Amino acid sequence: MRPILMKGHERPLTFLKYNRDGDLLFSCGKDHNPTVWFADNGERLGTYRGHNGAVWCCDVSRDSMMLITGSADQSAKLWSVQSGEQLYSFNFGSPARAVDLAVGDKLAVITTDPFMDSPSAIHVKIIARDPADQIGESVLTIKGPQGRINRAVWGALNTTIISAGEDAVVRIWDSETGKLLKESDKESGHKKTITALTKSADGSHFLTGSLDKSAKLWDMRTLTLIKTYVTERPVNAVTMSPLLNHVVLGGGQDASNVTTTDHRAGKFEAKFYDKILQEEIGGVKGHFGPINALAFNPDGKSFSSGGEDGYVRLHHFDPDYFHIKI
Amino acid sequence: MADVMVMKEIQETAERLGIDLASVDLDAIRLPPGQDFGIVSDDEDLHQGDDVELDTGFGNIIIVDNLPVVPREKFEKLEGVIRKIYSQIGLIKDDGLWMPIDPQTQKTVGYCFIEFNTPLEAELAREKTNGYKLDRSHIFAVNMFDEFDMFMKVPDEWAPPESKPYTPGENLQQWLTDEKARDQFVIRAGSDTEVLWNDARHLKPEPVYKRAFWTESFVQWSPLGTYLATVHRQGAAVWGGASTFNRLMRYAHPQVKLIDFSPGERYLVTYSSHEPSNPRDANRVVINIFDVRTGKVMRDFKGSADEFAIGGTGGVTGVSWPVFRWAGRKEDKYFARIGKNIISVYETETFSLIDKKSLKIENVVDFSWSPTDPILSIVVPELGDHPARVSLMQIPSRDELRQKNLFSVSDCTMYWQSNGDYLAVKVDRYTKTKRSTYTGFELFRIRERDIPIEVFELENKNDKIIAFAWEPKGHRFAVIHGDNPRPDISFYSMRSANNMDKVKKLTTLKGKQANALFWSPAGRYIILAGLKGFNGQLEFYNVDELETMAIAEHFMATDIEWDPTGRYVATAVTSVHEMENGFNIWSFNGKLLYRILKDHFFQFLWRPRPPSFLSPEKEEEIAKNLKKYSKKYEAEDQDVSLLLSEQDREKRRMLKDEWEKWLNEWKRLHEEEKLERQKLRDGEASDEEEEYEAKEVEVEEILDVTEEVLSFEE
Repeated sequence: MRPILMKGHERPLTFLKYNRDGDLLFSCGKDHNPTVWFADNGERLGTYRGHNGAVWCCDVSRDSMMLITGSADQSAKLWSVQSGEQLYSFNFGSPARAVDLAVGDKLAVITTDPFMDSPSAIHVKIIARDPADQIGESVLTIKGPQGRINRAVWGALNTTIISAGEDAVVRIWDSETGKLLKESDKESGHKKTITALTKSADGSHFLTGSLDKSAKLWDMRTLTLIKTYVTERPVNAVTMSPLLNHVVLGGGQDASNVTTTDHRAGKFEAKFYDKILQEEIGGVKGHFGPINALAFNPDGKSFSSGGEDGYVRLHHFDPDYFHIKI
Repeated sequence: MADVMVMKEIQETAERLGIDLASVDLDAIRLPPGQDFGIVSDDEDLHQGDDVELDTGFGNIIIVDNLPVVPREKFEKLEGVIRKIYSQIGLIKDDGLWMPIDPQTQKTVGYCFIEFNTPLEAELAREKTNGYKLDRSHIFAVNMFDEFDMFMKVPDEWAPPESKPYTPGENLQQWLTDEKARDQFVIRAGSDTEVLWNDARHLKPEPVYKRAFWTESFVQWSPLGTYLATVHRQGAAVWGGASTFNRLMRYAHPQVKLIDFSPGERYLVTYSSHEPSNPRDANRVVINIFDVRTGKVMRDFKGSADEFAIGGTGGVTGVSWPVFRWAGRKEDKYFARIGKNIISVYETETFSLIDKKSLKIENVVDFSWSPTDPILSIVVPELGDHPARVSLMQIPSRDELRQKNLFSVSDCTMYWQSNGDYLAVKVDRYTKTKRSTYTGFELFRIRERDIPIEVFELENKNDKIIAFAWEPKGHRFAVIHGDNPRPDISFYSMRSANNMDKVKKLTTLKGKQANALFWSPAGRYIILAGLKGFNGQLEFYNVDELETMAIAEHFMATDIEWDPTGRYVATAVTSVHEMENGFNIWSFNGKLLYRILKDHFFQFLWRPRPPSFLSPEKEEEIAKNLKKYSKKYEAEDQDVSLLLSEQDREKRRMLKDEWEKWLNEWKRLHEEEKLERQKLRDGEASDEEEEYEAKEVEVEEILDVTEEVLSFEE
């Protein structure tokens, strides 16, 4: 079907997130306003105003009441999804990069970039049921990995935190003690910055995308490498279909190189791969800049992509898609 | 010195015992094994010494002989002179100059040792100063220290050399016997160089040999494909072998930059140019011609770059490679180079000029050999009243076979057909106003009596010629012409049905996105390619049927190369572009077979094949009965594709099973943790796998309550 073009951001997109019901789509961009859209028709519902820098990441609670965003303005903020009201602001000494809510929405993990003298860090915060009781203190702060941590998510049963970033290593931490439990193998692992990390719908495995032009599928518990998907471009965004065994990779060359190459050379396509056979199935073209964000609707019947070009493209699949045989 | 002392002792002992030493063959004395009677063996001595010195080696030490014998007072001065001579060549190590002094006479002994920083410098020093005349009576004799032992051991009497039993060499052409008749190619990407089979049936390459840092600049196949040449700082090397790639021979040539094989791959020409110490001088050029099999230098040429710049009038630094052009075919009999007003032709029997003198041709600018016969084609430009001239000359007789004068010429380019049947000379002429040029061709029919020449012009003779190419082994040629952004392409044949001496136009394709022509080596098919500005447009064209077989694109393609059989084509994007590096393999009719991406992709080269032994009649017969022959191969193809799909299915099934297994294991664990997850959600049950329960709930919300007193009016 024809994609729906959603032009609401004035700057490149950074992140996309559907709520659990799949009726709302949240988008973050380098402009300062996270935006919420109807996931069905692409109608804009509203924006969350208050950040003073690029917004890198967001997550929404299971009941779709609360939104958490991480921004380069050195804060992570809690919002009321419904009213757009800012509920709370966690302030850091350096830009916040990734945010993720734990199962039960009582905990959140927030990563901060290295800035001035302070190294990158992973913070765990308690999210209060009533915003009035919200406190800013971290339950746990993990420091150690070099370079930016681009993504951090909760592992099974909130007992672990999985992080990945510029040093190309995937790490699993104990979320109670902050101890490093596992590290991905240098040989088989990524060779360059990991840019994206997405959990499967059932939480059994997760997918990482890297500038080394590959995406890798890992076992969430054991951190064993299950699959590798090789592509021709640096990977900026990854997602997985909750319905079919498909993974989607998005990317393109560095933003700094975009202007020096033909758009055809860029091939800013969202590429579909068979998750199990690791073979390319097809691609969805359209963006005229690298793809920075990808998200699958939880019902598996549509997906959206956000690009350096400032557009969100919402794709509802044709019936044919569900009968692809390779 | 130690030797001398020992000898003295022996002599004394011998005298005491009354033995005539001269009658004793010392080498014939054999001690019982394991006993040495307290005599320290020279060999062991050497051996021990070696052990100590192994890490440094003596490769960087030279011995300079025939120095003047001077007393102590003049010692310093002599040392100064020697130091001055040798420090120009290389860096002498601290304390690296040792001139022994005879303890009795207190004079020098006439030789010295010099230790350089590197063996390379030592080698150079020996090469340069051996035979150096210090004065009339002192001519240096310079040797490498390592070789000294060798000279010492030269026996006084000649012994007939032992004839070694014949050991059969490897079959260097083993690759031609491949059962599947595949072709090999070499690629260079990043630091790796790799030789692969083109396994088109399996739609993938099959590795043969891979090596990191195999070469320091590039690799090159020999013209018949027997050797792969690599280039290093110390020289070139060739590799080959039956099953893998072993180093067969090395050719020492420091700082070698370019190499070139003779067509029969019997000789290898290497080239280096060194920056002069004085920037006003031209670069010093060294060219060596090696015998490929023995590694012997057959002839070397040294001089300034000026002398090797083609045409004499050309740029100073621009040496056009190859400097030496070989006469065609496998005999490797003649090679020639152009100089100022001369063409020097050498023959390989003696590696000297034919008839001991060069051909004198005033103002000659270009020449080329017929690909098959010892015929030179020579171009002389227009100068003053003399018209421009194209002539054909037979070698070694120097007979002029044919000659043509041309007027108002601005430029000439020669194109030989691969069998040497035809020669096309593209002539750019000035128009009457001299402001612009137009182009025509002179077509020579070499095989016909008296070599008739035909003047050939395009229909629109003002069209710019973008490319010209003969059909290999054939009688047709293709021209890209026109001034439009999308030029036209025309095909012509040298044969026509009724009149044999007339060029016949076959067709013109209008407005093509092409700027380069790539004929299949077997003829008949051609790729009309749009490289550079056209971003890699490819049109696969059948010239027999005059129809397009396929139109394709390899975005940004920089290189196109047919395999030697004309069955497959490789198109590559090399590292001149940052993106898209890698290569595609196509079938001759334009079907993309497979695609390999490699970052920092530098080179793709098919391994050439020697010419076929089949006679033209036999080839014709095969072509006629192709159906009969192809049956067998079609069956094989089918088997392979069946096997392939079978293997594919098997592999997919395995992958799926593996995934299932993993998923089941995970589900089991997931089930066990179900309760815990519920707890985390404050008892809320629904995991993804649990079902929704649709409830209808009516919610009443009081939005606002206002009280208003309404007055009654009666």
